[in-house]
Amino acid sequence: MKVVVDEEKCCAGGQCVLASPDVFDQRDEDGVVVLLNANPPLELLEGVREAALICPAAAITVEEG
Amino acid sequence: MVVTRIVIVGAAAAGLAVAESARTAGYGGQLVMVGDEEYKPYDRPPLSKQVLLGEWPAERTALRSDADLGKLGLDLRLGVPASGVDTDARELVLADDTRLPFDALVVATGVRARKLPGAPAAPNVHVLRGLDDAMALRDQLTPGVRLVVIGAGVLGAEVAAVATQRGIAVTLVDPLPLPMTRVVGAAIGEFVAGLHREHGVDVRCGVGVRQLRTAGGRVDAVELEDGALVPADVVLVAIGGAPAVDWLRGAAVPLGGAKPEEGAGGVLCAAGGRAAEGVYAAGDVAAWCTPDGEAYLRVEHRLNATEQGRAVAKSILDPAFRYVPAVPYFWSDQYDLKIQSFGSPGPDDEFVVVEGSLAERRFVGAYLRAGVVTGALGAGLPRELRAWRTRVGRPMSRGSS
Repeated sequence: MKVVVDEEKCCAGGQCVLASPDVFDQRDEDGVVVLLNANPPLELLEGVREAALICPAAAITVEEG
Repeated sequence: MVVTRIVIVGAAAAGLAVAESARTAGYGGQLVMVGDEEYKPYDRPPLSKQVLLGEWPAERTALRSDADLGKLGLDLRLGVPASGVDTDARELVLADDTRLPFDALVVATGVRARKLPGAPAAPNVHVLRGLDDAMALRDQLTPGVRLVVIGAGVLGAEVAAVATQRGIAVTLVDPLPLPMTRVVGAAIGEFVAGLHREHGVDVRCGVGVRQLRTAGGRVDAVELEDGALVPADVVLVAIGGAPAVDWLRGAAVPLGGAKPEEGAGGVLCAAGGRAAEGVYAAGDVAAWCTPDGEAYLRVEHRLNATEQGRAVAKSILDPAFRYVPAVPYFWSDQYDLKIQSFGSPGPDDEFVVVEGSLAERRFVGAYLRAGVVTGALGAGLPRELRAWRTRVGRPMSRGSS
């Protein structure tokens, strides 16, 4: 699984951190998403998918495979 | 009943969330999405931000890549609005007379921008709801023009900020005494008004519009109720939205009354999104019953569209699904500030700054009603604000912050 984030689209709501705290964090200064792990293990797939689906700025893409 | 035909009316965030969540849940049946615009699902918050600022081309607002959309196996029918629904026969009717049978119909048609009553149609008077609206307004916001924004809600305030950043002289008009007060209350309304004044916006809150004055087929001034005449080259009417439900009139789908607690004209739904047998609604158009069962509320926030869309997919596919409401969230970009809010405070709730200060423009504040935290709003301290999300709905003792 490969995770891609678009920092320019990110609205800094932190919904991804709530959905998958092992994969996403926020920058201190502006809250923009920080990708902790671009290739997370499969057991985190559900949370990562949730983060991508819930992101109110459509800033997260998940390539499964 | 086994659901094998889901038809979604509306090709934006809520509709897309229904489609994605249904597929994620393993749904392998037919999935039709109907949209009245020609565009594939796109996102609306950037319209009053990056698109209007000229930073993003229209394509950048796409909610999903063509490849990801393709994986959903959607029967995407764009450019044709729905015109009616027969709930007995379970058929959706499109404007081109196509009839689409369904097991489950999802109403996700959003809202239409309200127009100013009695205002003339003129090429320099705009509303802002869709991509075409945004591009038309953007193209007229050339340096040196004078923009009058009618309506100082979140949308009007964002446009005022963007236009100012583009070197345009802006007057922001609203009959309410402060901007955004219905959403953020008086304390933050004052803060927002100050922010705009500092950037040179002429904030005329507390006075309504009497009429738009025309000359040669264009509006050339906005006359206010106090008699003031504000010269205008471009006018934006940003006075809210009305649910796009005209196509449902006469159908056996319940619609709410005008008042906020009556659903503000939206499709009345149980929590979880069911409106009638085989009919569901999500997003701006939907008025879901509150947990206490006492009101139907429409919420026009971006995250709500996704949350409700996901819940509707689950309601359709799993009769045992019980919806648990999420904490509402919205954000607004104005100048270099990102204002973020959790919860749904009332306009009269007390606002107490708990971190930072309004003067520094880095703060977190809590909204309180009878000692209970009804919401939290902040700017410049995103991590600290997020920590307050879990406190919404809980009592707060003064000193505990």
